[in-house]
Amino acid sequence: MPKIKIKRKPKTKTKVRVLLAKAGLDGHDRGIKIVAKALSEAGINIIYTGLHQTPESVIERAIEENVDLIGFSILSGAHMAVFPRAVKLLKEKGARDIGVFGGGIIPDEDIKKLKKMGVKKLFGSGTPLEEIIEFVKNYKSS
Amino acid sequence: MKKAHERATKFRTISGTKVKSLYTPLDISSCNYLEDIGLPGKYPYTRGIHENMYRGRLWTMRMFAGFGTARETNKRFKYLLNQGETGLSVAFDVPTIMGYDSDHPRSKGEVGRCGVAIDTLTDMEILFGNIPLDKITTSMTINSPAAIIFAMYLAVAEKRGIPFDKLGGTIQNDTLKEYIAQKTYILPPKESVRIITNIIAYCIENVPRWNTISISGYHIREAGATAIQELAFTLADGFTYVEAAINAGLDVDSFAPRLSFFFNSHSDFFEEIAKFRAARRIWAKTMKEKYGAKKKESLLLRFHVQTAGCTLTAQQPENNIIRTTLQALQGVLGGAQSLHTNSMDETLALPSEKAVLIALRTQQIIAHETGVINTVDPLGGSYFVETLTNKLEDEANAYFKEIKRHGGVFKCLEDGYFQKEITKSAKAYQESVERKERITVGVNEYVNPEEKATTINILEIDPSLEREQIKNLKAIKGKRNNKKVKSSLKALEESSKTDKNLMPYVMECVKSYATLGEIMDVWRKVFGVYKEPIIF
Repeated sequence: MPKIKIKRKPKTKTKVRVLLAKAGLDGHDRGIKIVAKALSEAGINIIYTGLHQTPESVIERAIEENVDLIGFSILSGAHMAVFPRAVKLLKEKGARDIGVFGGGIIPDEDIKKLKKMGVKKLFGSGTPLEEIIEFVKNYKSS
Repeated sequence: MKKAHERATKFRTISGTKVKSLYTPLDISSCNYLEDIGLPGKYPYTRGIHENMYRGRLWTMRMFAGFGTARETNKRFKYLLNQGETGLSVAFDVPTIMGYDSDHPRSKGEVGRCGVAIDTLTDMEILFGNIPLDKITTSMTINSPAAIIFAMYLAVAEKRGIPFDKLGGTIQNDTLKEYIAQKTYILPPKESVRIITNIIAYCIENVPRWNTISISGYHIREAGATAIQELAFTLADGFTYVEAAINAGLDVDSFAPRLSFFFNSHSDFFEEIAKFRAARRIWAKTMKEKYGAKKKESLLLRFHVQTAGCTLTAQQPENNIIRTTLQALQGVLGGAQSLHTNSMDETLALPSEKAVLIALRTQQIIAHETGVINTVDPLGGSYFVETLTNKLEDEANAYFKEIKRHGGVFKCLEDGYFQKEITKSAKAYQESVERKERITVGVNEYVNPEEKATTINILEIDPSLEREQIKNLKAIKGKRNNKKVKSSLKALEESSKTDKNLMPYVMECVKSYATLGEIMDVWRKVFGVYKEPIIF
């Protein structure tokens, strides 16, 4: 990818801004749409990328929009490809301050590995929305 | 009369229909038995499409299967057939479904993960190796690239000397529900439907026993729709295909008998059974009255059922066996022609051999031990079930009007009408679980605090299979006659710009070992790609 300096929007002081993303070819969007609706109703600033993004395009968008968190939803088994790539890209672009979290069908073993690589939090199926809202709301203060 | 004490529960179906404490003949007093319910095998087919249903023939036990490479999946197919499965059902991986080859950068990490990876005819030859295609029927869950995968299947049969009129099976080939729910679309809607009508016309002439579309409510339901929405949106899609084929100059009785359906079997026992019965009645009436179908076969709604994946829980996964059992029973009591039962471990991974065997055994137990197959439509005439059937039919009709008011199915896709309706229902369902109005055992009640991690063994896909698949693909590209590949792709490109039937051209491409991705790229170039409106 050509090295283009991406212009960042100025940080807002109060509201947590979250980019919710579907990366890869996975089309399952029931979960992410419910989470998007719930977070935005809880007063959190939500941007949703839509389907079939690449980690590259998501990271670029996240930096542009200057979000606090990126949330990936992955139900296709591609989590071990997408999450590490996203974390690496953020480091390369000097945007370590943007946190990565996610949810979907992710086996326990992989959750452990991904957390070691720097993924902040992973939610499995059946997680109450309240738990996700709490995590996102408290994220900025932590 | 003073009402007896009732618990503070909202007695409603999952779709929100109020349920009374008792149903009597008064609830169906407006029903004319012969006209509205009728006999099985007789119009309007509310009680079933066959006179003697499962006394004549059991449903096809068809387990959706596929992972890794064609070799692994072929082994799983043989295992299932040896265990008494009676039809095949292929799950393809996401790159195949999205029309990318295994070596495409976008396929990285996804090859063989959600299903089997298919790049060329060679993969299909291995996939069906030593499986008698003239004796077994095969269902293939493939949509945007359906023409390509179907052409590969036909090419395998041709190479083995099996005449096409001996082939039976189904391609899902329902792209309308891709835009609505499953979201594995590639081309724009109108161009996709053009290719579908090409397949329909090709099959009338060449593969007469093939089900050309499996019009699917399953994914609409899994995306969060209610039973009513599943019923209404699916049938609306079905009518759209019928109109497209008629507009392409085909006689309704020439193609309607080969249209088939695929529904979800969710958790609300009687509502689901009523849904299947209402679907049969609406289809028969509309095909006869609106589209002027004359042949009996054109009026029959034949359907496959899959138990609801979205009702399975990661918590206490063994409980999923019981959920699946009840949902499978609903399918049987609703008169399904074929059935897939989910495995208990599917919220965690693709099914392990042990889990899939239990799921298959569930169907065999229902078929051979419970006696529910002894009589046709045992719930027919139940005051409650008939009332629900009427209610679902009415609600679906209300949706048809609404869709028409919005300008039809294509317009509804464009402005996100279906998508918005479904997201609304999905969120309402989730909230009712979180408010504990709806109890999900092991999730919001009867939680096992000791349960920390997964307690069952799950299937792992060896990451080296992706490399192996890419290596094999490279080898094929080196071996094949690349001149022939180029000329067949060029011929497809030129004909795609005309209104010719594209199936013969796709056949030439796959027989020259052009890859799925190369063929799809031709269509991406000619027809463009679809971008959905971003809404939540």
